[in-house]
Amino acid sequence: MDNPTQKPSENLNIVIVGHVDHGKSTLLGRLYADTGSLPDGKLEKVQAICRQQGKEFEYAFLFDAFLEEQEQGITIDTARTFFAWKGRQYIIIDAPGHKEFLKNMISGAARAEAALLLIDALEGVKEQSKKHGYLLSLLGVRQFAVVVNKMDLVGYRQDVFAGIEKEYREFLSQFKAVPAQFIPVSAKLGDNIANRSEKMPWYTGPTVLDTLSVFKKEAARSEQPLRLSVQDIYKFDARRIVTGRITAGRLKVGDHLVFSPSNKRANIKSVEAFNIEPQPTEGRAGQSIGITLDEQIFVERGEIASHQEQLPLVSTAFRANVFWLGKRPLEKGRKYLLRVATKEVDCEVASIHRIIDTMDLAQQQGSSAVNRNQVAELTVRAKAPVAFDLSASFEATGRFVLVDEYDIAGGGIITELVHDDQEFLREEARRRDFAWVKGEVGVEDRAQQYGHRAAVVLFTGGRHTGKSFLARKLEGRLVADGRHAYLLDGENLRRGLDADLSEEERGQTTEMARRYGEVARLLIDTGLIVVSTTNPFGLAYREAVQAIRTLVNPAPVIAVHMSKADEEPPPNTDVVLSGPTDFDAATRRIMEELKRRGVLAQAIGAKPTFQYSI
Amino acid sequence: MKHLRQLEDQSVYILREAYKHFDNLAMLWSMGKDSTVLLWLARKAFFGHVPFPLLHVDTSYKIPAMIEYRDRLAREWRLDLVIGQNKEALAAGMNPSMGRVVCCTALKTNGLKQLLEQKGYTGVILGVRADEEGTRAKERYFSPRDKHGDWDFRDQPPELWDQYKTTFPPGTHIRIHPLLDWTEINIWEYIKYENIPFIDLYLDRGDGTRYRSLGCAPCTTPIKSTAKNVDDIIHELRHTTVAERSGRAQDEGRGMELLRKDGYM
Repeated sequence: MDNPTQKPSENLNIVIVGHVDHGKSTLLGRLYADTGSLPDGKLEKVQAICRQQGKEFEYAFLFDAFLEEQEQGITIDTARTFFAWKGRQYIIIDAPGHKEFLKNMISGAARAEAALLLIDALEGVKEQSKKHGYLLSLLGVRQFAVVVNKMDLVGYRQDVFAGIEKEYREFLSQFKAVPAQFIPVSAKLGDNIANRSEKMPWYTGPTVLDTLSVFKKEAARSEQPLRLSVQDIYKFDARRIVTGRITAGRLKVGDHLVFSPSNKRANIKSVEAFNIEPQPTEGRAGQSIGITLDEQIFVERGEIASHQEQLPLVSTAFRANVFWLGKRPLEKGRKYLLRVATKEVDCEVASIHRIIDTMDLAQQQGSSAVNRNQVAELTVRAKAPVAFDLSASFEATGRFVLVDEYDIAGGGIITELVHDDQEFLREEARRRDFAWVKGEVGVEDRAQQYGHRAAVVLFTGGRHTGKSFLARKLEGRLVADGRHAYLLDGENLRRGLDADLSEEERGQTTEMARRYGEVARLLIDTGLIVVSTTNPFGLAYREAVQAIRTLVNPAPVIAVHMSKADEEPPPNTDVVLSGPTDFDAATRRIMEELKRRGVLAQAIGAKPTFQYSI
Repeated sequence: MKHLRQLEDQSVYILREAYKHFDNLAMLWSMGKDSTVLLWLARKAFFGHVPFPLLHVDTSYKIPAMIEYRDRLAREWRLDLVIGQNKEALAAGMNPSMGRVVCCTALKTNGLKQLLEQKGYTGVILGVRADEEGTRAKERYFSPRDKHGDWDFRDQPPELWDQYKTTFPPGTHIRIHPLLDWTEINIWEYIKYENIPFIDLYLDRGDGTRYRSLGCAPCTTPIKSTAKNVDDIIHELRHTTVAERSGRAQDEGRGMELLRKDGYM
């Protein structure tokens, strides 16, 4: 036998899953006991507690730490346990099998790199055996072995084992999951756990312990295209450090990075680290890293940095497979917080395509809600564009969670990009930004000189609601305060820039809004606060606002909606003014909003918040 | 030492998530090996800075050498040290002879709760590890505590991939545990690898004993050991089967489950 205490060179996280009472905790206890991995006195302590309570000792009690768990004989929450074997340190996560505690099982499995899935030989394949098998696949745990337990209760019969293997393989094959191994064991009696069983000479494969060493540490992610999710930006000293985790690929000093969805670009100037000599010059998948850039561009948490040749996808919508763990059902049209890597944005479920029954993978259509512990296929629509990948190509940037009120209530993997109506304009903006020729004066220089950042204040609403009047008043106020503001009036574009268009073409919102947006984009680059209205678009202002947003992205757009009666403002409106307007009060409110968004006042201090700007 | 870098990357990620999401954040520092490694990881995460206060709940029963060490590092590393103490309980004569769980609850749990309430911290970073003890093995990286600071272990929030619970109702707070995946050996390997200063109470200073876990003087007993440096400690740990906290009185019976349910670290 190898020396079990030899120095570990790597960690591997393993989860044990399966139906309730199929013996997960017992397997874990036995594995530790038979490899001599339990601390002195642990076995005796638990045995003494059992005697005191007048019940038979079980290996499961070793890790079911809560009194309630021992009294009920079930695992309530996942336990992390540790042991070193053959040069590896294992963190084994014992997940509960009871369906009540599915969220705990999922929390355990989401941390794992490999899994052992237990099936009781006497009971056979049960509901949670299937659900857990399916969820492992959904959670991205691709390496696993199926352990058929309690072989002692079926007289160690090969045909029982073979029957379960056949049935379960068929189930797994429907979603293309292939286990590394099927192992017949008795956890209670120690057959094929750490030691080979003498009762089952017909089985010549590896024991559970041997199987652990077969699992590989996933290492291939460094060979993928670069994905660095921006976590935060620090300025504790002279350095402005962009931090984040490299979830795929590698980077080095001098690399040209593109940040999505803002399309900002810069070169890596340095890789920053504390107490590492000499200072590193590169990074690879898995690392939490800090870099500085050669240009002071404003990037935000939630953006994904990549190389220009291999960009992530960008859209406001995607299709996904989701498991729901929320206290209340997932409902179409409700607001949730979407978190993809470090990006956080409001979203709603645009449609629920089908609910998937994990027992037989049958699909049920026409639901308007997904209940707790159900799996569903749905389309998610976010309030703002998000950078992401398909989960089939990138693990970390291809999955997400949904937050309902205060709680993470569901998780999923992205299966498809859903095209939205801004796709062409977004592509235009991306191509234009990549080719943008800059002068010597940067955004930061202008912001420092002017004492504010560039932004668009856009007034929306029907006719005769006072938009033009308020826009003029705001421009006047800003200039009087020493800000660089300019009223962009659509009429001035019509006679000049749009002079080549026919009367009919001038009536088409799409092209008019595109031209308008590109002019606004130029003005933004001069560092101005652009004040404007949607007057040239008449009642098609909703569509126009969307197009302008896409084209000036990522500059902040402060949208002010004016109406005479109560009506639904366009999405993402910041200030709503309905009924008769007090124009002085309205101006003050907009000035406040400009401050709140960081346009007028630059945040200074140990914890800077950087706002969008070009 | 690839596995140490993996652990470090994960802990740094967690610390940065905590700093991003909690405006009123603090870290608990008991000067023991774990929370000192945690402090070092904060300096890693924030490039030599520690951008939040360090809390020490002083029971008045700590070993004097620990206080000296605390004040020295606070000076050298320019730490914002906040010291809390349940003065009422001490004035009323609370001491370990009144029962260990009773004393721990009064001086540590309640001392901590008072401090959190006074300062209004909404996120508290702690150096607990899953391999120390059974209930800690079941913790989340981000673990909510209710209005009374209690831990509802029956209904813990899901924790998926690298997404943690960072939103919470007013009046409650979150405990953040960046060291959950570290073992006792990992801690010492890292101390050696990074050359982190630690208290020499962890070493045999000539009498054939050392402390393996540090708590209050009356309730912590040294173990027999001749480990005179970090290498010796690592060697000893690789070959021991004695539990780390066997010298900690509060772990007897169901002590820790009861203590932790009520908000103990």
